[in-house]
Amino acid sequence: MCQQTVGLLQASIERAGMATVSISLLREVTSVIKPPRALFVPFPMGYPLGEPNNAPLQRRIIAAALGLLERDGVPILEDFK
Amino acid sequence: MAIYEDLSLHVRLFMKSYPFSRYTIAPTPCARLAKPIERSRVALVTTAGLRCEGQSDFDRSDKRGDPSFREIPNTIETSRLVESHRSYSFDHEAVRSDVNLAFPLDRFRELDSRGAIGALNHRHFSFMGSIVGPRRLIDKTAPQVAQMLAEDRVDAVFLTPV
Repeated sequence: MCQQTVGLLQASIERAGMATVSISLLREVTSVIKPPRALFVPFPMGYPLGEPNNAPLQRRIIAAALGLLERDGVPILEDFK
Repeated sequence: MAIYEDLSLHVRLFMKSYPFSRYTIAPTPCARLAKPIERSRVALVTTAGLRCEGQSDFDRSDKRGDPSFREIPNTIETSRLVESHRSYSFDHEAVRSDVNLAFPLDRFRELDSRGAIGALNHRHFSFMGSIVGPRRLIDKTAPQVAQMLAEDRVDAVFLTPV
């Protein structure tokens, strides 16, 4: 349900004029909700930024997600590699 | 990627039968980043059910899911945030051992200090994401938070589920 909540929040925030990007743990949900920008990550529920206390991994995921903000065209739903 | 097969049978059955397509966002709203991220004001939004000490807890008994939110000041010491999400479909210990896993404020402070983002907003927002009946979220609390972020002149918002 978290994925749906995130997507619905993105929709409201974008309609108010701000660009958004989210992390997604469940492709099955996000690809139906279709938020404007989301990065699919290969981690279990509860681990959106990879691992606890693994700052280098968290930084890489954040950088990849922020990169989606600077691209043209939506929706942009991409895999973290 | 978490996949259905990883989830408990109960959660899987619920997810299979839930009408997600009812909430497909259409048309896709598109706010362009008006300036480079290096000059943008950024806010975080999480659905990890985080709150500050002293703030009221989310209502875990609301069958439709509590659509309320908690404002997290940018000055918060992240280790003092309280996680009380009602969902049993994820490992709570991980986020409790490092809240940055679902609310990466310390990582964004690093980006701010080295100039990779323009600024962090003075406040961020937390929801408890298990909102099965999202009508009150869609009609009321999500637009409220969007309005507050717009008033803060935020340029970009980074959202994390749990």
